[in-house]
Amino acid sequence: MDAIEITGVTKSFGDHRVLDGLDLQVRRGDVFALLGPNGAGKTTMITILSTLARPDSGAVRVSGFDVVEQADQVRRVISLTGQHAAVDEMLSGAENLILIGRLNGLTTAAARTRATQLLSAFDLVDAARRPVRTYSGGMRRRLDLALGLVVEAEVIFLDEPTTGLDTRSRQALWAVVAQLARSGVTVLLTTQYLEEADRLADRVAVLHGGRIVAEGTPAELKARVGAEVVEIRADDGTVLAERPVDGSPSSVQRAITELELLIGGGGHVVLRRPTLDDVFLALTEEVAA
Amino acid sequence: MTATSAEVLTAMPARERVGRLTTGRLFVRRSLLHSIRDVDALIISIALPVMLMLLFVYVFGGAIEPGGRYVDYVVPGIILLCAGFGGSSTAVGVAQDMTTGVIDRFRTMPIRSNAVITGHVVASLARNLVATAVVVVVALVVGFRPSADLLAWSAAIILISLWILAITWLFAALGLVARSVEAAGNYGFALLFLPYLSSAFVPTDTMPSGLRWIADHQPITPLIESIRGLLLDTELGTAPYWAVGWCLLIMVAAMLWARYLFRSRSAAR
Repeated sequence: MDAIEITGVTKSFGDHRVLDGLDLQVRRGDVFALLGPNGAGKTTMITILSTLARPDSGAVRVSGFDVVEQADQVRRVISLTGQHAAVDEMLSGAENLILIGRLNGLTTAAARTRATQLLSAFDLVDAARRPVRTYSGGMRRRLDLALGLVVEAEVIFLDEPTTGLDTRSRQALWAVVAQLARSGVTVLLTTQYLEEADRLADRVAVLHGGRIVAEGTPAELKARVGAEVVEIRADDGTVLAERPVDGSPSSVQRAITELELLIGGGGHVVLRRPTLDDVFLALTEEVAA
Repeated sequence: MTATSAEVLTAMPARERVGRLTTGRLFVRRSLLHSIRDVDALIISIALPVMLMLLFVYVFGGAIEPGGRYVDYVVPGIILLCAGFGGSSTAVGVAQDMTTGVIDRFRTMPIRSNAVITGHVVASLARNLVATAVVVVVALVVGFRPSADLLAWSAAIILISLWILAITWLFAALGLVARSVEAAGNYGFALLFLPYLSSAFVPTDTMPSGLRWIADHQPITPLIESIRGLLLDTELGTAPYWAVGWCLLIMVAAMLWARYLFRSRSAAR
């Protein structure tokens, strides 16, 4: 059984069709990245997966449970960290963590211990007793992530988890996600950062216009664009033009000729491996065209 | 964060099923903490009714009833005004929860997430009973002389609690309707005019006939007449039945409305 099974999901808000027949399977224990530009439907898919919204049609199962018919069973096995910090402003950081622990059935002592662990791991010890409304944006975000890790979960949803995080916290979160994956938890994260998907994810799906337009390992997706990318750079290193190629001498030659015509001479040629950015641009342009 | 702390983090404790009662208790505790933290709102919800009482007794009192026992007449009205004012902050609290992401976290947990609302209501009851006690103490200081025995006091307190619950549930529902925290605050203001259009401050027989009919038949008048009757040992008549009836009707209707709103706001997404 897959951790997540999505078949033919549609969802509209008024006339606007946000999800348009989305199919996706996520294997147990994978870190899966849902990649897409703003408005592609990533957050909508996460709210459906986490039982906050219902699909208009199609079926969604998490750990084998239907998100509409068996919402309560789904809620027992998931954890969601949404895009907007879901924290209680009036309570302190420690009180927030203890409340969530207690609501999940931990004893007061166990909830306290867990809160202490999370506060120190997310660098919030000094602010532990202060009301959250005095926190900075980054601190709020860190607390939000900590709240998603209070108790065990089979499937963890992270909606743009590193947006608004500084580099240090971002790397800390990446370490946590890697560790989660090692311990067998399934992680579905959405991101606009290809670097993040590339580093963390076992598999990546590109969401565009409410459907999955490509899916595979980061390497497979990069291979779809071509083996190499020809770039012409100015002397200061800025990219003037680029084109993916299959790596054969003739394709490289043709690309250089075409690019030179395009920019009208100058610069120097660089050959590089494609990144997920190239994949992303190529795929979303294909769909738009 | 080090590699070891990543390991500590992912050693997540197992979940246990949580009963309705525990969930309810935790949310009541949360809302009580909110009340205590929001010192400004707490002070205003007590100070405003006290100031209104002093205003009525010392500024208008002499003109309305030159005998000087106006304080006995007006205290029941002030108590209800105080309850209404205190209850209105529930709308703000509920709207705050619904418009920030915190409700989404509760909704993705295997708990009855509408216990959030119940928590606000119970905390409001506790807060308002404290405020009512302060108002009564100040009233005694400025000359309020009730003639009630223990039984009559108990009956009055039960009636006041019923009213607090009824109006708090109504404000909770309004907090769910409101699209913003500011709007929720304004609803509260509108409902506060109701006591002025009752026998709270002046007997209704001085009002023009149309207005008088409204004043006589709106829920606050029988409530005030009942509390007045209980505390000052005057004729009760049928007022207590009307008062209890109104309170229960408002409470049940507001609870059903709130439950419906809570559900439909999640289904609409």
